[in-house]
Amino acid sequence: MTVNKSLALPLEPERYELHSPSSVLFETNRREFFKFFGAGIFVICAAPKAVTLQESGGGRRNSEDNLPQEIDAWLHIGETGEITAFTGKVEVGQNIRTSLSQAIAEELRVPLASVRLVMGDTQLVPFDMGTFGSRTTPIMNLQLRRVSAAARDGLIAIAAKQWNADPAKLSAENGKISDLSSKRSASYAELVKGRQITQLLPAEDPLIPPAQWKVAGQPVPKVDGRDFVTGKHRYPCDQTLPGMLYGKVIRPPSFGATLVSADLHAAEQMPGVTAVRDGNFLGVAAPSSALAEKAGAAVHAEWRSEPQLSATDLFEYLKKNPQRPDDRERYETGDVAKVFSASEHKLSATYNIHYIAHAPLEPRAALAQWNGDQLTVWTGTQRPFGVRSELATAFHLPEEKIRVLMPDTGSGYGGKHTADAALEAARLARAAKQPVKVNWTREEEFTWAYFRPAGVIEIASAASPGGKITAWEFHNYNSGTAGFRTYYDIPNQKIEFHSVNSPLRQGSYRGLAATANHFAREVHMDEIAASLKMDPLEFRLKNLKDERLRAVFEQGAKQFGWDKPRAANHGFGVGGGYEKLGYTATFVEVTLKPDTGDIKIQRVLTAFDCGAIVNPDGLRNQIIGANIMGLGGAIFEAIEFENGRIINNAFSKYRVPRFRDVPPMETLLIDRKNERPVGAGEAPIVGIAPAISNAVFAVSGIRLRNLPMAPLLVSQGYQLS
Amino acid sequence: MPTKYALLINGRPVSVEAEPDATLLSILREQLDLTGTKYGCGEGQCGACTVLIDGRAHRSCETPVSTLPGKSITTIEGLAENDRLHPVQQAFLDEGAMQCAFCTSGMIMSAVSLLNNRPNPTDAEIVQFLQGNICRCGTYPRILAAIHRAGAAKEARP
Repeated sequence: MTVNKSLALPLEPERYELHSPSSVLFETNRREFFKFFGAGIFVICAAPKAVTLQESGGGRRNSEDNLPQEIDAWLHIGETGEITAFTGKVEVGQNIRTSLSQAIAEELRVPLASVRLVMGDTQLVPFDMGTFGSRTTPIMNLQLRRVSAAARDGLIAIAAKQWNADPAKLSAENGKISDLSSKRSASYAELVKGRQITQLLPAEDPLIPPAQWKVAGQPVPKVDGRDFVTGKHRYPCDQTLPGMLYGKVIRPPSFGATLVSADLHAAEQMPGVTAVRDGNFLGVAAPSSALAEKAGAAVHAEWRSEPQLSATDLFEYLKKNPQRPDDRERYETGDVAKVFSASEHKLSATYNIHYIAHAPLEPRAALAQWNGDQLTVWTGTQRPFGVRSELATAFHLPEEKIRVLMPDTGSGYGGKHTADAALEAARLARAAKQPVKVNWTREEEFTWAYFRPAGVIEIASAASPGGKITAWEFHNYNSGTAGFRTYYDIPNQKIEFHSVNSPLRQGSYRGLAATANHFAREVHMDEIAASLKMDPLEFRLKNLKDERLRAVFEQGAKQFGWDKPRAANHGFGVGGGYEKLGYTATFVEVTLKPDTGDIKIQRVLTAFDCGAIVNPDGLRNQIIGANIMGLGGAIFEAIEFENGRIINNAFSKYRVPRFRDVPPMETLLIDRKNERPVGAGEAPIVGIAPAISNAVFAVSGIRLRNLPMAPLLVSQGYQLS
Repeated sequence: MPTKYALLINGRPVSVEAEPDATLLSILREQLDLTGTKYGCGEGQCGACTVLIDGRAHRSCETPVSTLPGKSITTIEGLAENDRLHPVQQAFLDEGAMQCAFCTSGMIMSAVSLLNNRPNPTDAEIVQFLQGNICRCGTYPRILAAIHRAGAAKEARP
């Protein structure tokens, strides 16, 4: 593995990731474990800290029968040979159920179909902070490969002992351990029969190098795809239980409103209806969703609302209301002020980013069931353990009494970190003494979830006449720190994040603030290049040392045909960067019809490098998907709000990308077998917005510095599609 | 007033009791446990709830039960014949035309409806017909490819 020195930026912490402290550590008795899973071999991947604690005898109670704490992943091979791996990561469409299964099958040398993955069930899987930040592939994929490799070597050791053979001469293939010299072989099932073996990971265990992968690295289809095309898969909103009621929450008329009074009488008279008032929470549960709707409408509630900021004043507010200076996160090198005062080629510009919604196609849903003081909740969340923790706090319960299960969910994009629907379902179920399902409406999803943070970004730069950037000052107000450092080589830098008390509830999103920060940075790069009359790609490369980032720009440009002559009214734009350990460059071609002002995106190409590729088919799906999702925020998505209310709270009012919005899209995958595999769910989203903006400038001379871009263009008589 | 309705769903006669304005979507999901049909918006804007009524795509979230007696309803669960997937289902698998797949049922049902009338549609015809189906994961190009593939497969069948 090579260490990438020039880009050894730390992963920027993202303040809007809702971290959950790992307050509860797993503690399981190994006998109980085998009682639960059956005999076999059981391999545990413990975090190094936990191993240290064990070795030093420190930390919590520890006996031979207890498993170590702070485990990342575990794997069980049962007496019939079935392989089950357990991870706290969850599937929301990023296809990790498949890519993680590939990693396990690879190291265990078994067909993909013999691997089963248990994901996101807090009773069965090790603690995990959550599925965000593109950590699954760089971390969990590696951990599962390690446990699988250890299991394989454990099986070899069993066979070697049984046959009195040299383990080095035995090999694993197709679910069997074989001794080529004596022609003996035994299936994994035969080898583990009747045994109860627990094995900790050895400190060093060689993994199969990506260049020799047979199952990993292949474009295998989604492992349970058939369940999705037949409607058999049950998403969180499809879960049912006998006697289940349907919950409905009565929402305030505006954010932050206080419940003054509520009359539940009419609702409570309806057959089978339970109504609950608890503080500001107001909800009903009924035997059908229609009756729940009716009962909810029959609740008479009075709320006290406070006047609040509206979208029209958003950017001025963000700029003028940063928190205390010590809340800043900053990075500084060299002397920016000195260079600015001495430079002639200077630019400064402001970029505004609107709030946008995740709008996952499956709105939040949760089914809650109480059994005495034990609570079980099925819900769609990227943080099952975080939801468990929120439930424990809300109901004053120890976390051991709560089980959260996460069926593969109808997407999240960073929007399903919180426990909202789970809390509501559990509160109603407790009152009704029956299981309750809460399924948010689309309007609720658009209003009561949280948004990608809005932001104001100010950049000032100085450059030498020859095209080297000499100073870079970057201020981000509110949108976040992800990707706010620059990967260009600039001797004098001042980069600051200013937190603001957001007028709307805001949180994580695919790529987090990296989309906003890359947009501003990559558009500004284009502005400097234009002011110096340089080719924007050449200008980038002149200021860029990192080889992998150069490669996505250069190879992408080659495939795109950047150097080819451009026809009249055709414009090219580029934007890219380094994000969540991945390298990305996106190229866009637009055309302009001067008589009508119609600007049309003709084609998009993204070159991407995420190390050794685990599944090229899933990767392409993620890159194209990220670009299409990115089109929405780039061109037309924006949350309109007024005095504590969301105005465009429906798909008929909030436009998301549809079939017609999608131009031809191409991917260029750079597969680096010698680099560790990293994630791809987020990084490919960052290039599309600046590439479009820069292409529009190239064809029209109009500089688009806001997300979304369409409103300004429309105000000048143009259309962008 | 709750009324009894005799419906024909996936070739099977079923009897349900519901208010006349109850939506087909709520009947399928709450009374018949046919949860492959999804709620996505409740206003006919996203296509997740698409089913076939007499062979044509309809948004079940906007279809009152009272309009359905005498008609034949097909949901995603009724598309495969025994274990044999419908060509559109197979094409979605072959093209990997899904990510979270929450839109998939509705996409497939819309595609079946389109192919019933236009066995070999152009890109423009597909885009126009499926403009009302949202895939937030952005798998549109693969869905387009899957529909072409299914069209070709149907053509090839005797």
